[in-house]
Amino acid sequence: MVTLGEMPVGTLAGAALPTTTSPGALLTIEGLTVDFNGVQVLRGIDLKLERGEALGIVGESGSGKSVTWLAALGLLPKTASVSGAVRLDGEDLLTVAQTRLDRIRGGRVAMIFQDPSSALNPVIRIGRQIGEVLARHQGLSGSRIRAETKGLFDLVGIPDAARRLDCYPHELSGGQNQRVMIAMALAGKPDVLVADEPTTALDATIQAQILDLLTAIRRETGMALVLISHDLGVVSETCERIMVMYAGSVVEMAPSESIFANPEHPYTRGLLDALPPFEGSLHRLIPIEGQVPEPANMPSGCAFAPRCPQRMGACETAIPPLLRTEADRFSACVVGAAAGSQEAGTFEKGMLA
Amino acid sequence: MTANILELHGISRSYPTRQGLFGKNVPVRAVDDVSLCLEPGETLALVGESGSGKSTTGRLALGLERPNSGKVLFRGTELPRADTPAWRRLRAQMQMIYQDPLAALDRRLTILDQLREPLDIHDIGATSERGSKALAMLEAVGLNTTHAASLPSQLSGGQRQRAVLARALIMEPALLVCDEPVSALDMSIQAQVVNLLMDLQRDLRLSLLFISHDLKVVRHISRRMAVMYLGRIVEYGETSLLLTKPAHPYTKALVSAVPIAGRRMAERIILKGEPPNPAARRTGCAFHPRCPIARPECTSVSPTFSLLPDGRSVACHAVDASLATRKVEP
Amino acid sequence: MFRFFAIRILRAAFTVALVVTFAFLVLRLSGDPARSIMGEDASPEAMAAFRQEWGLDQPLFMQYLHYFAAIFHGELGCSMRGGGAALDLVLSRIPATLMLTLPALLIKLAVGIPAGVYAALHRDSAIDRAVMVTAVAGYTVPSFVLGLVLVQLLAIWFAWLPTGGTGGLQHLILPILTLGIGGAAVLARFVRSAMLEVLGQPYIRTASAKGIPWASVVRGHALPNAAIPTVTIVGFMVGNLIAGSVVVESVFSWPGVGNLLVVSVAARDLAVVQCILLLVAVAMVFSNLIVDFLYGVLDPRLSNGDTGGGH
Repeated sequence: MVTLGEMPVGTLAGAALPTTTSPGALLTIEGLTVDFNGVQVLRGIDLKLERGEALGIVGESGSGKSVTWLAALGLLPKTASVSGAVRLDGEDLLTVAQTRLDRIRGGRVAMIFQDPSSALNPVIRIGRQIGEVLARHQGLSGSRIRAETKGLFDLVGIPDAARRLDCYPHELSGGQNQRVMIAMALAGKPDVLVADEPTTALDATIQAQILDLLTAIRRETGMALVLISHDLGVVSETCERIMVMYAGSVVEMAPSESIFANPEHPYTRGLLDALPPFEGSLHRLIPIEGQVPEPANMPSGCAFAPRCPQRMGACETAIPPLLRTEADRFSACVVGAAAGSQEAGTFEKGMLA
Repeated sequence: MTANILELHGISRSYPTRQGLFGKNVPVRAVDDVSLCLEPGETLALVGESGSGKSTTGRLALGLERPNSGKVLFRGTELPRADTPAWRRLRAQMQMIYQDPLAALDRRLTILDQLREPLDIHDIGATSERGSKALAMLEAVGLNTTHAASLPSQLSGGQRQRAVLARALIMEPALLVCDEPVSALDMSIQAQVVNLLMDLQRDLRLSLLFISHDLKVVRHISRRMAVMYLGRIVEYGETSLLLTKPAHPYTKALVSAVPIAGRRMAERIILKGEPPNPAARRTGCAFHPRCPIARPECTSVSPTFSLLPDGRSVACHAVDASLATRKVEP
Repeated sequence: MFRFFAIRILRAAFTVALVVTFAFLVLRLSGDPARSIMGEDASPEAMAAFRQEWGLDQPLFMQYLHYFAAIFHGELGCSMRGGGAALDLVLSRIPATLMLTLPALLIKLAVGIPAGVYAALHRDSAIDRAVMVTAVAGYTVPSFVLGLVLVQLLAIWFAWLPTGGTGGLQHLILPILTLGIGGAAVLARFVRSAMLEVLGQPYIRTASAKGIPWASVVRGHALPNAAIPTVTIVGFMVGNLIAGSVVVESVFSWPGVGNLLVVSVAARDLAVVQCILLLVAVAMVFSNLIVDFLYGVLDPRLSNGDTGGGH
């Protein structure tokens, strides 16, 4: 795996996205459930993240797309009860000691958030906020921190690095602050970067810059990327694999090429139909009627059933499991499965097999 | 000949600001010499990023603020001064909805009460009928009597935005200014509200001034659009033209920045630099520091509008140089 | 920088002038010093002579002008009760007051701030609730009630401490405690609120996500932000050092500025009252100035108004 090293300038010639080199996935989540004061908001998430992979997670409000990763890193408030397992190279993040978790956060799994201007401490200079990570995870000190920080600024494309080091977050724009967040995340040389709606609060042209930057950094460092967004377009352009979440569960998982051309789950299909097209003929938008159920008031059976144009009786009796439908596609839909889109007779439960 | 319902003639608006704690007053031009017109029943979109001045233009169009120069004409006559009785009467004909419906609604009143309020204020119809009129409007936007009796906090985002829409339309205005009305909503709800807006527009013959940064929705809802950058319009014309064959380099960048589901990392124009700071305006074309095709004259001379053969106006030196154009007055 | 301070100093001076004028008017219009000082049964001629000696028979406006002009000469009048310069009298009482208010301030800071921080960090725990209840009790109970309760408890029932007056260290304890407890309660509640607000901010989550241990996050990220609003209230407490003990000094018969104020108001000893009010106003306004300056130091968003769009 290519590491950040001494800040290589520009992209490595011909570096393609690395394929999985070591056996076993980098990060596995098994049966992750989260409760807030007795109300379940995450209903058992399973997923696998390979080394160097770009996974996109799409969902609307209430889908649990952010809660999944906040829970995995132990960043939820004390009122949340989390169960299941989150294994990073075999180590369960939910049960490790706090000191170990502090090492992993930022050092192996880094997370950046929406609205960078409020995600940075307003009274501390940004150079110091990045230096904190360098000191903690790379053991640097003194002038080496300054030099390394400047290198990180160059890597993420912040001009005039020397002067910017001493700036405060409010002196920079939203786009620049997001670059600072990315630099801060990279400072620990993580294996995974979880980006939670990193471009939602930014202008369109800046959004393009940031997504471009994330892809370039992945290419250079071989880091895995989890990109969380409500915008299917954002995710499709940057990620190889897409996971769709609804009301606390995963409903579909597929490579990005196939999921848009041929969505399997009715929710995914509904999302795609509801998008105003940017090319081709104009037609009346086909919305998904109704709205996302409240976590305290979930329907029995499939959470999407009340809004689903294809619902059957079976949908209301039991929550459909996430099943493999093709070699690398999964869908949690009884109707889809019944339609016979799986391989001859073999149902492999979940995607952890 | 149908008269334009709204005309903006060269309006400008500046705000005085103070740079730093000890600095001098620097006027910031939020809107700079903007002209456009809106026909009855049509939708004109105003597109731009932060600092473009599109929201300020919307407020100027409604008369919520007075321009420092230029004229705003509603149905052919200039807008009266704000807070005069004449202006208040005009409110019934022009309304606005915003991005955050929760902030637009009074937390302590039921939806029905809030819908009745405009009728009460403007003394429309018989008092006894106002309740049923309000309910009818709520039904038209897809809300029922349970919603009518609820407080805003008990409704979802999409339902609140519908309530806001109902309140804006209960006066049967001729003009509705929408400032990012669907940006804060989930994708599946956006489609509901966009459909609703277009249906109501057709049924009530509404003219819409639709302010947004989301080009997908803009393509769907508007016939004409204006692209704004740092307070000025840089391109203005039919939406389908601007989005399929953008002429101005900024429009080109905006169009290529639209993330499209199913498309992978196509050839994209990535603009360098940051959105501009209105307080630190450069001479010449406001866009030139980030423009991929900037020329020498762009740094010193502001471009004026040229009319292209296909009917749109563009303010760009490079476009002028490459096409045969006719110079027009804006 | 000059403009920053110049404006504030001008505003401060104006505030002080306003306070002094108000005090002047209220005192002159509410009762007759001659009667208070000379007694009810003094002869009319004696009272008239008194008034003439102190300039009280002149029109109000003239008295005001004289007084104002005198201030700029540093002459703040004389005490009607005992003669002698008012300013000297007041200044002589300040050390006694400070002997109470300074240690009390230290108690407020040393008890109030940690209590508030701890309560915020362990929100809804038993200790948090205990702190909050104590805090509410501490500041809703009026200081004289608190003082009297403490006197009853510690000076009468247990007879550990004297009930008042001066003499030795033991005379200081009860008044200092009375002052300190109330202030600590106020501060604890305030600090808790400020900390809770800060802890809910996105940047705290970012700091944790970076792998910074929680103790360091609190120390390095949360406290500096919570300090900003805390400075306001501490500044107020500092400004109150001279005058903040009127009630307590009365309860414990402590010969400080507060006591002097009470006695002088009762006697309509105009010059002394005005002198005290002037000093208090100056102290308050000065501490506000320091607080303003500290804001600029602690919160970088205030020192330059440049927001976003950095170039």
